[in-house]
Amino acid sequence: AAALGPLPQGSRGGGSVVVSLTFGAEFRRFSLERSKPGKFEEFYGLLQHVHKIPNVDVLVGYTDIHGDLLPINNDDNYHKAVSTANPLLRIFIQRKEDADYSAFGTDTMTRKKNVLANVLRPDNHKKKPHIVISMPQDFRPVSSIIDVDILPETHRRVRLYKYGTDKPLGFYIRDGSSVRVTPHGLEKVPGIFISRLVPGGLAQSTGLLAVNDEVLEVNGIEVSGKSLDQVTDMMIANSRNLIITVRPANQRNNVVRNSRTSGSSGQSTESSLPSSTPNILTNFLQGEEESDEEDIIIEDSGEPQQIPKAVRSSESLESLTQIELHESTQNGFLPSSEINLNHSAGSISMEYEEHDPDHKSLEDGTIITL
Amino acid sequence: MMKFRFRRQGTDPHRDRLRHDLFAFSKTVEHGFPNQPSSLAFDPKLRIMAIGTKSGAVKVYGAPGVEFTGLHKETATVTQLHFLPGQGWLLSLLDDNTLHLWEIYQKEGCSHLEETRSFGLPGRPGFDSANCSPSITRVTVILLKSTCDVACLGTEGGGVYFLTLPGLALLEEKTLFQDEILQSVPDDYRCGKALGPVESIQEHPRDPSKLLIGYSRGLVIIWDQTTRTVDHLFLGNQQLESLAWEHSGKTIVSSHSDGGYMVWAVNSSCQKTQQPVMSTIPYGPFPCKAINKILWRTCESGNPFIIFNGGMPRASYGDRHCVSVLQGQTLATLDFTSRVIDFFTVQGTEVAEGGFENPRALVVLVEEELVVIDLQTPGWPTIPAPYLAPLHSSAITCSYHISNVPLKLWERIISAGEQQSPRLSSASWPINGGKNLAQEPTQRGLLLTGHEDGTVRFWDASAVSLKPLYKLGTANIFQTDCEHNDSLNQASEEEWPPFRKVGCFDPYSDDPRLGIQKIALCKYTAKMVVAGTAGQVLVMELSDEKSEHAVSVATVDLLQDREGFTWKGHDRLAPKNGPVAFAPGFQPSVLVQCVPPAAVTAVTLHSEWNLVAFGTSHGFGLFDYYRRNPVLARCTLHPNDSLAMEGPLSRVKSLKKSLRQSFRRIRKSRVSGKKRVNANSPSSKVQEANAQLAEQAGPPEVEMTPVQRRIEPRSPDDSLSGVVRCLYFADTFLRDGKARGPCVGWELPDPVCGCPWQSSLLPLCLLLLGLSGRVGPTCWWPYGAGGVFSLTHAALALKHEGCCLHLPVSALPRQLREKPPRDGPSRSDWCRAAGRLVSHAATVPPTPAAAHHGPTMWAGTNSGSVFAYALEVPSQEKFSERAVEAVLGKEIQLMHRAPVVAIAVLDGRGNPLPEPYEVSRDLAKAPDMQGSHSMLISSEEQFKVFTLPKVSAKTKFKLTAHEGCRVRKVALVSFASATSEDYAENCLACLTNLGDIHIFTVPGLRPQVHYGCIRKEDISGIASCVFTKHGQGFYLISPSEFERFSLSTRNVTEPLCSLEVSRLQDTSCLSNNFMVTPKLPQANGTHVPHSPEANHSPADSDRE
Repeated sequence: AAALGPLPQGSRGGGSVVVSLTFGAEFRRFSLERSKPGKFEEFYGLLQHVHKIPNVDVLVGYTDIHGDLLPINNDDNYHKAVSTANPLLRIFIQRKEDADYSAFGTDTMTRKKNVLANVLRPDNHKKKPHIVISMPQDFRPVSSIIDVDILPETHRRVRLYKYGTDKPLGFYIRDGSSVRVTPHGLEKVPGIFISRLVPGGLAQSTGLLAVNDEVLEVNGIEVSGKSLDQVTDMMIANSRNLIITVRPANQRNNVVRNSRTSGSSGQSTESSLPSSTPNILTNFLQGEEESDEEDIIIEDSGEPQQIPKAVRSSESLESLTQIELHESTQNGFLPSSEINLNHSAGSISMEYEEHDPDHKSLEDGTIITL
Repeated sequence: MMKFRFRRQGTDPHRDRLRHDLFAFSKTVEHGFPNQPSSLAFDPKLRIMAIGTKSGAVKVYGAPGVEFTGLHKETATVTQLHFLPGQGWLLSLLDDNTLHLWEIYQKEGCSHLEETRSFGLPGRPGFDSANCSPSITRVTVILLKSTCDVACLGTEGGGVYFLTLPGLALLEEKTLFQDEILQSVPDDYRCGKALGPVESIQEHPRDPSKLLIGYSRGLVIIWDQTTRTVDHLFLGNQQLESLAWEHSGKTIVSSHSDGGYMVWAVNSSCQKTQQPVMSTIPYGPFPCKAINKILWRTCESGNPFIIFNGGMPRASYGDRHCVSVLQGQTLATLDFTSRVIDFFTVQGTEVAEGGFENPRALVVLVEEELVVIDLQTPGWPTIPAPYLAPLHSSAITCSYHISNVPLKLWERIISAGEQQSPRLSSASWPINGGKNLAQEPTQRGLLLTGHEDGTVRFWDASAVSLKPLYKLGTANIFQTDCEHNDSLNQASEEEWPPFRKVGCFDPYSDDPRLGIQKIALCKYTAKMVVAGTAGQVLVMELSDEKSEHAVSVATVDLLQDREGFTWKGHDRLAPKNGPVAFAPGFQPSVLVQCVPPAAVTAVTLHSEWNLVAFGTSHGFGLFDYYRRNPVLARCTLHPNDSLAMEGPLSRVKSLKKSLRQSFRRIRKSRVSGKKRVNANSPSSKVQEANAQLAEQAGPPEVEMTPVQRRIEPRSPDDSLSGVVRCLYFADTFLRDGKARGPCVGWELPDPVCGCPWQSSLLPLCLLLLGLSGRVGPTCWWPYGAGGVFSLTHAALALKHEGCCLHLPVSALPRQLREKPPRDGPSRSDWCRAAGRLVSHAATVPPTPAAAHHGPTMWAGTNSGSVFAYALEVPSQEKFSERAVEAVLGKEIQLMHRAPVVAIAVLDGRGNPLPEPYEVSRDLAKAPDMQGSHSMLISSEEQFKVFTLPKVSAKTKFKLTAHEGCRVRKVALVSFASATSEDYAENCLACLTNLGDIHIFTVPGLRPQVHYGCIRKEDISGIASCVFTKHGQGFYLISPSEFERFSLSTRNVTEPLCSLEVSRLQDTSCLSNNFMVTPKLPQANGTHVPHSPEANHSPADSDRE
């Protein structure tokens, strides 16, 4: 068990951060200049040095202000950790080989009390076989429910993020018929339904789609009147950024909105319900425009690159150079000019938001509903 | 709400008007031979011919260009067609026993064909409908009297009915039943039996009131209509098939089911004739098949012609489709490859009393073609038809269209074609009624069709009638199992019957590997590439002389030593050893054989560079046909793709398997169907109820799993992802800076050695590196500061930023101008470098800005990859000295991985690049090489335009994501405006898998219009579609017919013709009738209204 008391010399808002380390049953403490945290690599080296484990691969985690156990594995989250330390930064170190990835995530430190114990005693988790999910640095949105505020409650708009080809989308669609209310009474109309979910596929793992859900729209285009083959082609054409609006067969899990009037306005409500997703999700939608599929070009004997969007002639030369400079960061070139630094700082801060635990919590939640 | 970037067009009135002027959709004419013809008629006065089909279509043909098409509302077989001679009326009988009257009428100076009324014969009055089968009044034969006022209908029940014409009213009192005939038949002949159905009714050639009526049992009578008496009886005892008059009316000839025919004398003195003058079974003595139709035509030059079909010896030649022409001792058995539908002879209309008919030609309609025999030229050669071309003489495997064919090439092709078929008659086409009003075509269009038997046929597609010009065979280059004998005169003297093969329909291919897959032709140099199913790529040249030479063979391995692949498909075709004789025409010079010998999926030709590129499911190759050596081979196969190695033949096997399974399923369902029929028999009502109950109680029918579709993005290891879908040559900007020629120090010398170049070049590269800012820090201070000069990085930067050479320092990015990089050279260094650069550049010969463009080759695959090669092509004079080189310039992977259907490069003005030699022959404007080029890539799902040489996405349109349809065919089409003479736009025309045609602007990719064109179920129609360069297109509506359509308002090829009709009767009352019974518009998909204006409204409603 780890007893981590506040340090006497620690002072709130001061120039230094007190770092408390826990590796197995060992504790270490040292202080760090808050304004000059340095690089993660250096910090990692320091940790190994402090614990005298120079050649052991470890996972580094810290508890944030909400009590969540979050990873430190790059400069960004390291800086974040240092900057939010209040003033104590609690660091947990695990050996990589017996790491318990499931420990990371939302509310890990407060809700699941035994998580900490698991982390500390890696051999104490025989009760429940832990689910191995990918390394925390690979965390990314897998799916989301979007546009809750503008859709009828009986509908659900699901976005599936398909990265690479490692995991199949994993679902099938079929023809069928559904009953609609029309001016002439109830009418049977042909529809498209989800017919099968592949175990382990993206669609199944999100839990947002189910067999017999009726597909109403594909990326904003209504499917009524379209044949099964047409809808198939549309879905495959959009498969890298698929947004399906369904009428779930099971209507019991629908998102309930507490304020109906605000629904049509397009404004998200300040509710504490888990349905207050839109303001988060819009973040992703902003970047959605063209990010879904960038073609790749390999110049002669060069490295594959994404094909940039052509710059309109009306745009300034400045923006042109910015694009090129951005590319240079991709090539691993560390910019030395100030302008480069500014730019790369911008791009880092963008990534920052994605890794920001506060905003990320719901996204992570969808991953954990495995 | 999410904002989708669906570009809905704003309503710009100017653009709307422009669209109206540019685009209009109409299906204009059907080329080729009607599918499944079922009847034939000829109007000797108007000299027009009508063909009816099993789908209910009626097609009327006269002189070339004179064509009418009509379609019955009912989809029923047209079993008979009859013209009212000279009247422009046509009576059709459908197999639902209804009669339809069609009229050719004049409107706005043009003639049109329209159905005016129909008639169904009522059941026989006085009979109980329950006992009388409806077939009693089924019409078996029709005679339209030459007076043009009455139609005589012979029926199954033996009655003859009379209808007024053109009113189609039944003259009930005139009906002739068998009872009336039987009264005058001797008792011993009658013996209580009915006479059977009416088999033939023929009008007396001299006396219109007398009818010759023949009954199935063999009885033939001459019936006088005015007196209602039997004039004459011929007591035949052989089952009758058909009857014909001799022209003078003194003799009749009857044909019979035993394969014989009889000649009877019409003797007015005696009322009964027991025995014929002559009776013969021409192909006896063994049992023969029936003679279905017989004609007797007198001839001034000697014996009359007796022409009949059938009658072949049952055992030995029962399966032949023959028409026999007998004149005295001369007999020709015309042997057709498909069933004979009908035939007629063409002769002068007015034959004087005692004169001769002197038939000019025999026209035979068989199921798959129309053959016309010249009866006035000894040897009876065939007359080439100017239309009704049997496109499908061997199945069409691909088609290719060339617009604006130069006259020189045109004439050479025609002359090659003429030399090919010396056996054709020079007689003029006998069916020449009507007048073609269409303007002479403004340009010559050539349609090439590749066929399964390895032939390529050249068609004149300039006008309404599709004329065959030339046929190129490729089978003679290869060793095939059975030798092809094209000569028609194979019948030896001793053979009996004296068969003569006529027609060209031959659906049997010697070897499926001979099939033609892709064609490319350069119209300026008359070079052609023909590629086939077994990976053979033939480079051909047009020669006016015959030649005998060996074809040189080059093999290109497209697998490129990839391991783990074994081709399981067919073998390559073995070329013949030694010299092969070639007739004038296209003669092969080189055979490039792809290995593995998979079917060629793409081919292209650049006659200026002497290059041909070809692709299969395994990769693509580039071949220099001047030096006859391969330039490049590239494997596109994905390592996991096993299907690509199987070849088409082994896949056929699996198809067979599935066919077998589906047959089993059908059989199973038939069995269960029978059971149900038993239960339905009226005696077993209880049984039926029991069965129903059992069905309810029993286990529910095994539920078929519903059709499911997997939703998964395309992945690189999908099968057949390596198939090369398109190849393209272009003279454009591919390599950003790397150019040959005197550009400043672009090839950096080795920096280590003390080369004198080095010092002067170094500042230059520093400058460039500074500008680009894209290379690592080691390059910033390459010299003197202990850093190692990175040649590759510097060269890379130079290549990318080559254009910076032309930038003055003031144009440098502001940041770089004001703040030099910390570790890099100072600003003064830069300025000095720039100064050196300028002074250095002065010593270098000036280079035009367009120096960086050059020959390129592009290839697109099924998995959305595009490979671009820069080609080093020596100048014309040096072709023999230097080899062509290809260097991979760029490789683009479309993220959506859909198959790349087409690639095109657009010049600085957004126009597609011209074809090779097009500019030098003054036939096209030179492309704009100053402005930046862009590249249009069309995949099955989207269109994208990228800039060149630096590839960045400019515009795109996601068709599939928005419409749910996939791209099948695309073409860049030039649309000329209907209103302003010199305005034209280049647009992208696209046919989708739903059969719709969409038109987009280029390079903006804005949707303009879309039209439904082909039914989406008609997969072969969609697959066969070709677009022309000027807004027309063709697709197959049946194996033998091309539908021609037009997307342009200006460029329309449709039949415009007139037919002079001299009606004998007062037609005023008839036209009144028209007014009373207005006709519904023709509800069909094939017939097209002739006024172009009429087409606009439906098209407009389709527009966005």
